[in-house]
Amino acid sequence: MTAQALEQRDFAVVIGLEVHVQLETATKIFCGCSTDAADDEQPNTRTCPTCLGLPGALPVLNEGAVEAAVKVGKALDADIPEQTRFHRKNYYYPDLPKNFQITQYDAPICQDGTLEFSVEGETREVDIRRAHLEEDPGSIKHVRDGTGNLDSRTVAIDRADYTLVDYNRAGTPLMEIVTQPDFRSPSEVRSFLNKLEEVLEYLGIFDSTRDGSLRIDANLSLVPADEIRDDGSISEEVLEAANRTEVKNISSHKGAEKALTYEASRQRNLVQRGKTVEQETRHFNEAHGSTVSMRTKEEEKDYRYFREADLPPLQVAGWKETIDIPELPDARRERFREEYGLDAESASKLTSTKEVADFYEQVAETFDPDLAATWVADNLLGELNYRDMAIEDIDGRLDEFARLVELVAEDEITTKNAEEVVLRRMLDDEMAPDDVIDEEGLGKADDDAVGTAVEEAIEENPDAVEDYHSGEGGALNFLVGQVMQKTGGSADPGSVNGMLREKLDE
Amino acid sequence: MSDTSVDADEVRHVATLARVDLDDDEVEEFTAQFADILTYFDALDEVPEVDTETELVNVMRPDEVHEGLSQEEALSNAAESEDGFFKGPKVS
Repeated sequence: MTAQALEQRDFAVVIGLEVHVQLETATKIFCGCSTDAADDEQPNTRTCPTCLGLPGALPVLNEGAVEAAVKVGKALDADIPEQTRFHRKNYYYPDLPKNFQITQYDAPICQDGTLEFSVEGETREVDIRRAHLEEDPGSIKHVRDGTGNLDSRTVAIDRADYTLVDYNRAGTPLMEIVTQPDFRSPSEVRSFLNKLEEVLEYLGIFDSTRDGSLRIDANLSLVPADEIRDDGSISEEVLEAANRTEVKNISSHKGAEKALTYEASRQRNLVQRGKTVEQETRHFNEAHGSTVSMRTKEEEKDYRYFREADLPPLQVAGWKETIDIPELPDARRERFREEYGLDAESASKLTSTKEVADFYEQVAETFDPDLAATWVADNLLGELNYRDMAIEDIDGRLDEFARLVELVAEDEITTKNAEEVVLRRMLDDEMAPDDVIDEEGLGKADDDAVGTAVEEAIEENPDAVEDYHSGEGGALNFLVGQVMQKTGGSADPGSVNGMLREKLDE
Repeated sequence: MSDTSVDADEVRHVATLARVDLDDDEVEEFTAQFADILTYFDALDEVPEVDTETELVNVMRPDEVHEGLSQEEALSNAAESEDGFFKGPKVS
């Protein structure tokens, strides 16, 4: 096809992903070193002969990492093959102490899965080609000579004089999840990543707040829009014919959308000017929001994959039956709508994380589900969000928040006071609800005191009582006001209203 | 005998992957040595089939933390270190 003809065709974006997620285990994948990285930890303080690649040290597989992988497989509705095994991927780089990475090659632990997600109100499904276990490399700093502190001398790779290596991260279990090239836009990628992260967090095997817990490589190509079949699929030949770029160094959902939007328009510009897209690896620069060409020396065959003879094969297909996974977000959302009669928006908010959903269910079991939904989805999440907090931040205090809902449910404080005073002080001053009520004097007057106030108001205001009986609407409001005044505002106006009517109509 | 011809370009390529810098004399020397080494493997074809032990499967350890090395121990064999890091030449 000539460049002229190409220019006149519409092009569609085709994207596939490789998502690396850190699995939340206590120890590394092949040794007993802790994976618990403290924020201020010193380099090379969580290592041993195995993860340092010292001669003679042997890897022994962490059962917890395999369990986590099987959970991911179940959640993605993937096959766990009868037998899986490990390979060595050989390349020389200082972050890799053994000069090879133990990974999986021809027999990954999960194959042929799917993940459903929604984008702009529509449900999409992406096929997962495979998901395999591997070890994380260490982390490196590129440093310039000089006298300043290390941070100030840490520079881009091309300006460095030497390299510093920390193997604390080396050996952290990773799962690499590889999708089919099923994405048709950067925003779909972002929605997919949100969903994937949500599912992984529900499984309890992933912590999105951990630095570097999610790393993404994406490949992107343009294909003529008229080659996309009605069902959205594209033939192998068309995909093969399109030159694609692999974009590396993406570390967030937002970054993925940004990197891929940039890359799609870069490729479109080339095609529109009649140029060809080079098949190459590109590096995403988050600060600039652009991708730059990366020299790559290795091709697939240069990795010289071969069997890792130090690790016997795994036969864990049966674990799919014995390992349980929790109810996943979609199913839970649906159940919340049916069981508690919630609308779509509340159900969605209340299942946004497993912690929120668990807390909601705990509250909804005892109190009215609608009241619980309002309190958890709107009031609590709203106030947390306003303070840039998450439910995890009040982890140990959920009972106190349940108590607040109880106080409202049992009519012991007014909704207004609960929302505007008690909840806010609970969050800002870390106080228990009953303490806030005592300190602020917010306890609803007990029924006896209100009853006395009602009787007094009737006795003291015979004119208003007469007006009420002659049908004057304002009279009742006046009496309610009198009662509220007598109780210092702690009575509930609704119930005062009811009590007055009852007395007056006797 | 299997095809064990090795040419100089192959040797250079393998050296690049291993980040080893070879001069022309060394390339020549290694080209001959690579070919020799590969012929040794032909000897394996002559080994008769023997009974092998049943292959192990599912060898795993529980996910329990074991104390590893101190920073000092970890760095004790390093040619150079700085601020607790291993120190090495710049990379590309």
